[in-house]
Amino acid sequence: MSHHIVEVKELKFSYPDGTPALNGVNFRITHGESVALVGANGAGKSTLLLHLNGYLTPQAGSVRIGDIPITKSTLKQVRQTVGMVFQDPDDQLFMPRVYDDVAFGPTNLGLPPDEVKQRTMNALALVGAVHLKDRPPYKLSGGEKRAVSIATVLSMSPAILVMDEPTSNLDPKARRQLMSLLAEFDHTKIIATHDMDMVLDLCSRVIILRGGEVVADGAAKDILNNRELLDSSGLEKPFRLQEAVWKNPSGFRDARYAGIKGIEELRN
Amino acid sequence: MGSIDSSFFDIGRLDALSSKDSPVHRIDPRLKVLTTLYFIAIAISFDKYDPAGPVPLLVYPMTLMIIGEIPFSYIAKKLLIASPFVLSVALFNPILDRCPMLNLGPISVSGGLVSFASIMTKYVLTVSAVLALIACTGLDSICSALARMGVPKAFTIQLLFLYRYIFVLGEEAARMTRARALRSFGGKGLGMSVYSSMIGHLLLRTVDRAQRIHLAMLCRGFDGEIRHGEPSKIRLSDLLFLAGWCALFTLLRLYDFPAWLGKGLGRLL
Amino acid sequence: MHMADALISPAVGGAMWAATAGLTVYSARKLKEEMDERKIPLMGVMGALIFAAQMINFTIPGTGSSGHLGGGLLLAILLGPPAAFLTMASILTIQALFFADGGLLALGCNIFNMGFFPCFIAFPFIYKKIASSGEGAKRILAAALAASIIGLQLGAFGVVIETVFSKISELPLGTFLLVMQPIHLAIGIVEGVVTASLIGFISSTRPEVLEAAAGPARGKPFSIKPVLIALILVAAFTGGVLSWFASSNPEGLEWSIARICGNKELKSPESGVHALLSRIQEKMAFLPDYDFRKEKPEGLAKSESAQGKENAWPSMRTGTSVSGLLGGAMSLVLAGLIGFGIKIFQGRKSGRRDG
Repeated sequence: MSHHIVEVKELKFSYPDGTPALNGVNFRITHGESVALVGANGAGKSTLLLHLNGYLTPQAGSVRIGDIPITKSTLKQVRQTVGMVFQDPDDQLFMPRVYDDVAFGPTNLGLPPDEVKQRTMNALALVGAVHLKDRPPYKLSGGEKRAVSIATVLSMSPAILVMDEPTSNLDPKARRQLMSLLAEFDHTKIIATHDMDMVLDLCSRVIILRGGEVVADGAAKDILNNRELLDSSGLEKPFRLQEAVWKNPSGFRDARYAGIKGIEELRN
Repeated sequence: MGSIDSSFFDIGRLDALSSKDSPVHRIDPRLKVLTTLYFIAIAISFDKYDPAGPVPLLVYPMTLMIIGEIPFSYIAKKLLIASPFVLSVALFNPILDRCPMLNLGPISVSGGLVSFASIMTKYVLTVSAVLALIACTGLDSICSALARMGVPKAFTIQLLFLYRYIFVLGEEAARMTRARALRSFGGKGLGMSVYSSMIGHLLLRTVDRAQRIHLAMLCRGFDGEIRHGEPSKIRLSDLLFLAGWCALFTLLRLYDFPAWLGKGLGRLL
Repeated sequence: MHMADALISPAVGGAMWAATAGLTVYSARKLKEEMDERKIPLMGVMGALIFAAQMINFTIPGTGSSGHLGGGLLLAILLGPPAAFLTMASILTIQALFFADGGLLALGCNIFNMGFFPCFIAFPFIYKKIASSGEGAKRILAAALAASIIGLQLGAFGVVIETVFSKISELPLGTFLLVMQPIHLAIGIVEGVVTASLIGFISSTRPEVLEAAAGPARGKPFSIKPVLIALILVAAFTGGVLSWFASSNPEGLEWSIARICGNKELKSPESGVHALLSRIQEKMAFLPDYDFRKEKPEGLAKSESAQGKENAWPSMRTGTSVSGLLGGAMSLVLAGLIGFGIKIFQGRKSGRRDG
C-alpha cells in the first residue's frame, strides 16, 4: 500500500506579505506510522499541514502522497487519501445535522446513496456517535464534537489521518477517550500538537519544527527525553517524564513543584 | 430582540421544539410551508372592518401547537415581545378614525377601534402560525423544502450556514459583551468606538473562520455544490393535510361563520 | 422597521414577494457567474456575524439611547451586491421565522426594503461613486454616511408606501412620512458612522479582506442591472398602486401582475387565491350581512378612491355587526373547545399506547 506514504522534500513557503513560514522541510512518513509534529507557536506546523492536503501549493520543493505528487489535477485524489481533522470542530461541522455532516464527503465523492449511508453509519459507529446522528452540531459537547469531526473524515476512508491539536479544549476524560480511539486506528497518523503527554502515548516518532525547519526527527522516546532540544524549541518534556514526577510518580505536590522548578530554570 | 443571551436561548428553544416527533412534525415540510402561506394570505385578506371574521382561523395554529406539543405560553410570550411596530402603527387607527361605526348599547365604537381590533386579530393569527410552523418543522427541513420548491440554492444553502453559525458567533459575541460589561463602569466603554473595534475584531475572526470552513469543505470534496437532504416522498396524509386545511380556510373566508354563530345565538336569546 | 403581515394587504404582499423572488433569482445567477465558491461559507458566516452584531448594543453619544447595526451596506461592501442581498434576505428570513420580526408574507416587503435598497441602490450608486474617487478615512466616512442615510430613507419610504397602499392602517401618507423619515435619518447617520469605522478598522488591519471581497465583482460592471432595477421598481410600484383597487377590482390586479411579471408569479397563492376568492364571494353573496365587510359596489371603485375619505366608511349596520362580534367571541371559545378536545383525545391515545 504505497498510498500511505507521505513525502515532503525541500518544501518552502512564505506568505504574501513576505513572512517566511517554511524553509526547506524534509521528511518521509511510511505506512502505519504515528508521527507527532511539534513546535512552538509560529513554528510552521499549520502551514505544513495546509500543504499536506493541497490547500497551499509549494512555492519550492514538493509534497507526495503515495506515488502522487500534489498538483491541481491530483487534488481530488489526494484529499480523499488524506483526511484532515481541524483544530476547531465548529469549522468542520457546518451542516445542520451530524448525519449530513458525516455524509458530506462521501456524497461529494459521488457514491451511490446506499454506499453513502453505509459509510456514514460505519464512521459514526467507529467513533461511538451513532446516537448523535440526528442532533445539530451546536448541541454537542466538546468531546462529542471532536468525535464527530473525526467521523466526518473517516467516512471518506482515508489512508492518512492528519490532525491539528486533537486534544485541545477537551476535559480529561474526553481526552482519554479520544486517545484510546486514535490508538485503535491503523491509519498513518500525523498529529500536530502541544500535548506532549499524548505524544508519549500515541506516537512512535516525533518531528520538531522550529522557524520553519525540521530541527529533530526521530524516535519519540529519544526526543521526548532530550530536555535541551525541547527547551530550545519552546517545548517541554511530557509531564510524566519530568524528573520530580518520575522519581515520585504518586506525589501531586512534587509534580507541582516540578512545574515551578521548570519556570525558575527557564528564567535562569 | 432582547438581550443577546435570551435571543439565543429563544432560537435554541424553538429548535428543540422542532426536533420532537408528532403527527404534525412528520408532515412533509413543503406542504406545511404552502399551507401556512395560504393561511396567512387568507387571514390578511379579511376586510379591515371585520375583526371577528378571521377569528375561527385560529384553529389552525392551535391545532399545530396542540398536536405538535408546543407550549401555548411560549408562543403567547413571543407574541407580546414582537408586537411594538404593529402596535404603534395600529394605535393610530382609533386616533385618526373616530367615525362611529357600531353601537353596543350606550357605547358607540369608532371605525378606528374596529380596524385596530382587526389588525391585532390578524397579527395574532399570522405570527402564531409562523411560530407554530417553525416549531413543528425546524429550519433545515424548511430549507430543503424551499430548495425543492425551486428557491435558488445560493439562498437556501446560506440560510443553513447562517443558522448554523449564529450559535457559534452568537456565543463569541456574548462572551465579548460580557467582557465589555465587566470592564465598563457607569456606562463608559459602551460607546461607539469600543463597539466598532469589538465588531471589527469579531469580523476579522469571522473572515478567518469562513476561510477555515471553506478549507474543511474542500478537504471533503466540495466542488461548489452542496447536496443536502434525502428526498422525502409526499404521502397521502401530507396531501390530506394540505387539502383539508386549505378547504377549511377557503370555507371560513367564503362564509361568515362568526356572523352565523352570533345571529343564531341572538335568536336563541 | 420590519413590516408585519397584519399591516399589509395580500396584493401588496404578493407584489413585493414577486419583486423579491425576481431579485433572489437574479442574485443567485450573478453569484454563480462569479464562480467564487469561497463566498458560500463566507456569506453565511457574515450573515451570522451581522445577526450577532445586531444584538450587541452601543450607546449613541449625546442621547443615551442605544443603537445597533442594520448591516446591509456593510455586507454590500464586504461581499458585493448579489451576495449581500442574499445574505440580508436570509437574515430577515431567520428573524421572521424565529423572532416574529415581520411575517412570512411581509418577508417580500422586508427583504426589498432592507436588502434591495442598501445593496443594489445605496452601495453601487452612492458608496462606490464617492469612495472610489479618492482615498482617506474622511472620504469613506462621507461615502458610508451618504449611502446608509439614503438606503435607510428609501427603506423607510418603502415601509410607508407599502403600509399606505395596503390601506390597513389609517395613517395618511404625509403624517406617516413625517414620522418615519426623521427617525430613519437618525438611524442612517448612526449606521453610516458605524459602517465607516468598521471599514476603517478593516482597511487598517487587514486590507486584503476588502480587496478579496470586492475583487471579481468590481472588475465587471453590472450591465443588465439598470434594466432589472427599472423592471422591479415598475413592478413594485404598479403592484402597490393597483392594490388601491385590490378589494374592489381583483381581476384587474391579476391581469396587471400577469402582464408585468409573467405567468409564474400568478401561481403564488396570495394574489391568485385572493382574487379568486373575492370573485366567488361576489357570486355567492347571499349572506344578509355581507355588505358589512364589502361595502363598495364594483363600478364605483375608481371614482371612490378619488373622492377620498368621506366615502371610505362602511355603511352602518349595527345589528349585524354586533352579532358579528359576538360570533367572533364565540368562535374563539369554540376553537378553544376543539383544541381542548384534540388534547384530551391525544392524551387518551398516548395513554393507551403506553398502557
